[in-house]
Amino acid sequence: MSSLTDQTASELLERMRSGDVSAEQIAAACLDRIARHDPAVGAFLRVGGDEALAAAADVDRRRRGGQAVGLLGGLPVAVKDLICVRGQVTTCGSRMLANFVPPYDATVVERLRAADGVLLGKTNLDEFGMGGSTENSAFHPTRNPWDLERIPGGSSGGAAACVAARMAPLSLGTDTGGSIRQPSALCGVVGLKPTYGRVSRFGLVAFASSLDQIGPLARTAEDAALLLEAIAGHDPRDSTSAPAPVPPYSQTVRQPLSGLRLGRVREHYGEGLDEQLAAATEQALDVYRSLGAQIRDVSLPHSRYAIATYYIIAPCEASSNLARYDGAHYGHRTDERQMRADLRQEQRRLEAAGDTAGVDQLDTPLVRLYRQSRAEGFGAEVKRRIMLGTYALSAGYYDAYYLKALKTRRLIRGDYDQAFAEVDLIVGPCTPTAAFPLGAKLNDPLAMYLGDLYTVGTNLAGLAGISIPCGATREGWPIGLHLQAPAFEEDRLLRAAYMFQQVTAWHQRRPDLP
Amino acid sequence: MNASPYEIVVGLEVHVQLKTRSKLFCRCSTQFGAPPNTQTCPVCIGMPGALPVMNQEAIRLAIKTALALNCEIPAFTKWDRKNYYYPDLPKGYQISQYDLPLSQHGFLEIQDPKGRFPARRVRIIRAHLEEDAGKSMHDEAAGQADSRIDLNRAGTPLLEIVSHPDLRSPLEAKAYLTELKLLLGYLQVSDCNMQEGSLRVDANINLHLATPDGPVATPIVEVKNMNSFRAVERALAYEAPRQYQVWLETGQRLGDVPKQTRGWDDQAQLTRAQRHKEESSDYRYFPDPDLVPVRITAQQVDALRRELGELPAQLRQRLEATYGLDPYDSDVLVNQGRELVDYFIAVADASGDGKRASNWVQQEVLRYLNEQSATIDRYPVGPAALAELLAAVAQGLVDTSRGREVLQYMVERGVGAAAAMQHLGIQAVDSSELVRLCQELLAANPRIVADVRSGKQQAIGALVGQARKRSPNANPAEIKRICLELILGTE
Repeated sequence: MSSLTDQTASELLERMRSGDVSAEQIAAACLDRIARHDPAVGAFLRVGGDEALAAAADVDRRRRGGQAVGLLGGLPVAVKDLICVRGQVTTCGSRMLANFVPPYDATVVERLRAADGVLLGKTNLDEFGMGGSTENSAFHPTRNPWDLERIPGGSSGGAAACVAARMAPLSLGTDTGGSIRQPSALCGVVGLKPTYGRVSRFGLVAFASSLDQIGPLARTAEDAALLLEAIAGHDPRDSTSAPAPVPPYSQTVRQPLSGLRLGRVREHYGEGLDEQLAAATEQALDVYRSLGAQIRDVSLPHSRYAIATYYIIAPCEASSNLARYDGAHYGHRTDERQMRADLRQEQRRLEAAGDTAGVDQLDTPLVRLYRQSRAEGFGAEVKRRIMLGTYALSAGYYDAYYLKALKTRRLIRGDYDQAFAEVDLIVGPCTPTAAFPLGAKLNDPLAMYLGDLYTVGTNLAGLAGISIPCGATREGWPIGLHLQAPAFEEDRLLRAAYMFQQVTAWHQRRPDLP
Repeated sequence: MNASPYEIVVGLEVHVQLKTRSKLFCRCSTQFGAPPNTQTCPVCIGMPGALPVMNQEAIRLAIKTALALNCEIPAFTKWDRKNYYYPDLPKGYQISQYDLPLSQHGFLEIQDPKGRFPARRVRIIRAHLEEDAGKSMHDEAAGQADSRIDLNRAGTPLLEIVSHPDLRSPLEAKAYLTELKLLLGYLQVSDCNMQEGSLRVDANINLHLATPDGPVATPIVEVKNMNSFRAVERALAYEAPRQYQVWLETGQRLGDVPKQTRGWDDQAQLTRAQRHKEESSDYRYFPDPDLVPVRITAQQVDALRRELGELPAQLRQRLEATYGLDPYDSDVLVNQGRELVDYFIAVADASGDGKRASNWVQQEVLRYLNEQSATIDRYPVGPAALAELLAAVAQGLVDTSRGREVLQYMVERGVGAAAAMQHLGIQAVDSSELVRLCQELLAANPRIVADVRSGKQQAIGALVGQARKRSPNANPAEIKRICLELILGTE
């Protein structure tokens, strides 16, 4: 008998509707699987067992009583720990916010509750979403369910791993430069980054505000469509959310696209792309050809500047967004008594040495509080990006870095506009390599950044992208196919993904967990 | 008067709290005086994950003010982040406007009816919107470095109005602030209460000197912590000779040293240099990615322009042109605010005598309001009733001093002019009766008659007093005239 956790969200929803299985049973099965396998995988930071069961039982009660239930009808959903849930610790994977309890729900969480999604727990991530391996979590790394010695990708590593490991049928991640799509590719699941403005950012702890977007992770296009439909739409609390109407993705996803024109990006087949991944991508194109799609070569000439542009803009915004974690209002505060004692001692030492300039330059207690709290609270990667951003925004550098990056960003967006005049979707590899071993790139940030090569352009241009399983390496590690669509064409992405999954079985492969 | 060896050059930065019901980027109340940290929400305390949403009313009030300051309103404006660390700034940045402000290139005209400085058009560089920070309250007790933060004010809309350095004396600076405050009052966009912090002033001041080597400008100093217009005037009056002394001692010119910030100490009546560390900052401005740029249409601007109404400068001109007031009188009336001017206009129109209405409003009505610390809406005598009294005075039914008694009675009893006059027994005194009264007085006072004959006309005053005792309604000028005629005319 196929266990509940092996089934997709859509299958489970059907079974709940027919009365065959209850939401409480499904939640219990997920919790059971988490208890059994998460100690090895480390996808979750916190699991809300009792609350999940109670919420599921409530949906069951209403369904039995003939009352209407929401779109998600009692399906469990895991939530990345960068998204605020009222009354629950939301750490952002940072020591800085180890005790932060938001007094409000993010809009997406409100919508999940309104759609009768059952919150299963909070998933692990790279600190504040900064990283591509989930090794930058202040708490523990997450491991790839396909090989526990490998990284799951990041920053939504927990979100992707929990879906791949069948601990949750659905999860919410966030994507600033590829943070949903890259871990989805490396873990062999479906991950969609919606158009900027499609999903409210209210309650998403900001990394880079002009790039951040919340999106669904699932095992199939249908399931991703369901979750996206539940969370998308305008929010008056987020000025950057779009007032555009939300199509009923879960209903349209099964409609095939005819005359589909796919653009194959010339620049994506250059240096750095693993040949196994290149081959898998080509095979995926063949699949689309067999479905009647036309493949055309397109060019994104400025895509070679995408990484550089991204690693200016995102750190600039981050340096400002993370300024509030100063120990005065939010975040870890250093041991003040000790700090003052140290400061007095330093002063006495300088005075004894007759170093008046040194005394004059000594930190005030307030400045020392800031410095020390931030030095203790943030991890290395977050500090690196705060420094990058602070530098790039400084007087004398702003024009050369930030302003230049904004101009390049417009050129990148222009490339996409031109390409989309000729094709419906852009298709290519999602990552240059499959999952790499833990620790492999920890001391080589540049190599880590290059892993975002194919995904950052989508964020810079504010468009939509999806990664779907399209193959496996010889060792069996998943490979993701990256599809990108014009703004607000998530429907097209999901339908294309569904078509692919109808004729392939990559999404049905399961990792063997001990 | 000795010519000053220097010219004072002042530019002012004024922060005005706009009178919106809610804050600039959230729905919290802006009411002053609530218990600390009770008017806050996740947005204005910068809680992780919270996002700002712009208050349209703040934009409206800001544009109205900018229009009244003759500013241009560009079609496109945006929000920027000004990054700095301070405990009363919970996000670690202030949402403000940097390179594309909401308005720019305006002016405000000032003049002095007493003629102490020439009429001046003070150019406005820009007026932009930004959010206020919270308030730090420092416990200065020795050893106890305890600070408390109240975030009720955090996120309140401020309009920062920056003038060109067009002001040439402390008095002009004060006049500019007075006129600005009056304008904001007419527009009803701000309470302008310096004690409550709804109007704050920073001044930039330096000196221009003529030296044998040509003109020289001294380094600019920014003066802060001034809590009243008077303090601004005094701080600048203190600062100018101080800077001159520094020039004599150091010869430092503009550009030789970084801009200094000094705080005004109102107790000691002097400015003090603030710590160097507190002033040097790189704010790392960049566009706020949480907010969308604001587009302002010509239609919106036109609609707001129509809401402006008559502003103080126009109103002064109208009072002078229509009611024959001199600039001093129109200034006094207009400076009292629109409501008082409306009262004056109603009295003047009904009585048909602008000058007389102006005198009575300034002398009688304003005196009462000052004594009672009241505003015109609390004045018990309506404009029609006052106009009726003024008509009686104009017709000579009652003289000015008796008229004051009538008004006093009207104020106390809340009755009209006719009723008050009747109650006080005021009626026109028949002139033959008045002649008889004077004849009797002259007969009874031969001494006075003799004095007057010998040239001491002022002796007649005693007769006027006696006449008024016997006939209170008698017009003193009439009595004087008749008595003089009777004495001197019979010679």
